Amino acid sequence: MRNFFRVAFLVVRKDMMVEARSLEVLSTTLFFALTVVLVFAFGLVREGRPVDDVAAAILWIATAFSGTLALGRTFERERQADTLRALLLAPADRPAIYAGKLAGMLLLMGLVELVLVPLVGLLFQAPIFNYPWTLVALLVTGTTGFAAVGTLFAAMLVRARSRDVMLPILLYPITVPVMIAGVRGTAAIFQSTPDEPLARFWVALLVFFDVVFVTLALWTFEPVMTE
Amino acid sequence: MSGDFEHVSVVQLGRHYGRRRALTDISFTARAGDIVGLLGSNGAGKSTLLSILGTLLVASTGRVEYGAVTVADGGPGLRSRIGMLGHDLFLYPELTARENLVFFGRLYGLEDVAARVATALERAGLTARGDDPVSSYSRGMRQRVALERALLHQPRLLLLDEPFTGLDQASTSALVARLREEQARGVLIILATHDLDIVDGLLTRELFLRNGRLLAIAGGEGPLRDRYRAAVAAS
Repeated sequence: MRNFFRVAFLVVRKDMMVEARSLEVLSTTLFFALTVVLVFAFGLVREGRPVDDVAAAILWIATAFSGTLALGRTFERERQADTLRALLLAPADRPAIYAGKLAGMLLLMGLVELVLVPLVGLLFQAPIFNYPWTLVALLVTGTTGFAAVGTLFAAMLVRARSRDVMLPILLYPITVPVMIAGVRGTAAIFQSTPDEPLARFWVALLVFFDVVFVTLALWTFEPVMTE
Repeated sequence: MSGDFEHVSVVQLGRHYGRRRALTDISFTARAGDIVGLLGSNGAGKSTLLSILGTLLVASTGRVEYGAVTVADGGPGLRSRIGMLGHDLFLYPELTARENLVFFGRLYGLEDVAARVATALERAGLTARGDDPVSSYSRGMRQRVALERALLHQPRLLLLDEPFTGLDQASTSALVARLREEQARGVLIILATHDLDIVDGLLTRELFLRNGRLLAIAGGEGPLRDRYRAAVAAS
């Protein structure tokens, strides 16, 4: 188990070093997420007042779309010099490689959300500080569920010619439950009469999805990468 | 399980992608110190065979025996005895040569990584440029780093896919010399190539492939190009 975490840590650290040198994935993902939020703001904010209860949906749409972009770019980098195969050749548990890639994705998406959440709060007058820890729990669990499936599919499609088309086609239907739970949970704490118990219910559901998705991905990563 | 082995046996190996057969009924045995050439035109199945030997692909039929173990029971211990260099070089261009080698050294769980990396950079003739990003290197320099990456953990089986592509005369000669060194150390080398003139005299055995089938196993006298033509004509 110690070796598993050691390998996962090495992969995350390598991904962060590569990203720190290029800033390619972070900058494109962040720019795309901000653009999505701004476009919605132009359409849904009239005379300084946003349409009711749209903030949660916009936050999660921006997260999902920018996350898909980040997944594609991160694995495109591994494809260019075929380095994903080099990782799979290493005498390490292959699920540890997956865990490292997933952790790297979570860090990247977390950085994007750090900018995205205050912006959504500002533009859509969402009360992001009413229940901050519940909001953090929703974002962490929702992002984990999305990235767990996305990392598996992005790795699986890395050598497919139509990977850019196939990734969203495969990813979105499976992560719809995660998106719904994220949106409903976030809406519950953003609405004019917040319902924190309801938000906690959605967090619990997201934890359940995370356990299922991460377990399945760890279990299937090696077979799907070598079949 | 150490995963150590003295020979590799490919037994009635087949691989298909849906209905398309990439490899059909391939069998051969190679021993430590052999340099085996996989020769054939594009689509002959050379890269697929290398991927199966490198445990990156699962065979549809048949098996590969690494000494007494197969992929199924070898696991990470077996992979620690295999080195592979693909046509793409398996290096992160944003990182320096040293960072690449240190990363893979740690990933392989090697002892004394810093010293091994320093030796590898010296062998590659890149000690002075070891802290430059790989993206700033020429193709030949990248190839030398990539080869050292594949050899960093001192594998028993070295798999090379088109290792001479894009190299100038000096880099080609250096690579041939390095392969002979590893051969003398007892490493079993299997390489796929189109460059028949370069590997003529280097290979101890040749496997001629066509459309996923093994046409002949050779290792005789005369120019390699003539033997290749004869094998294709006889099929």
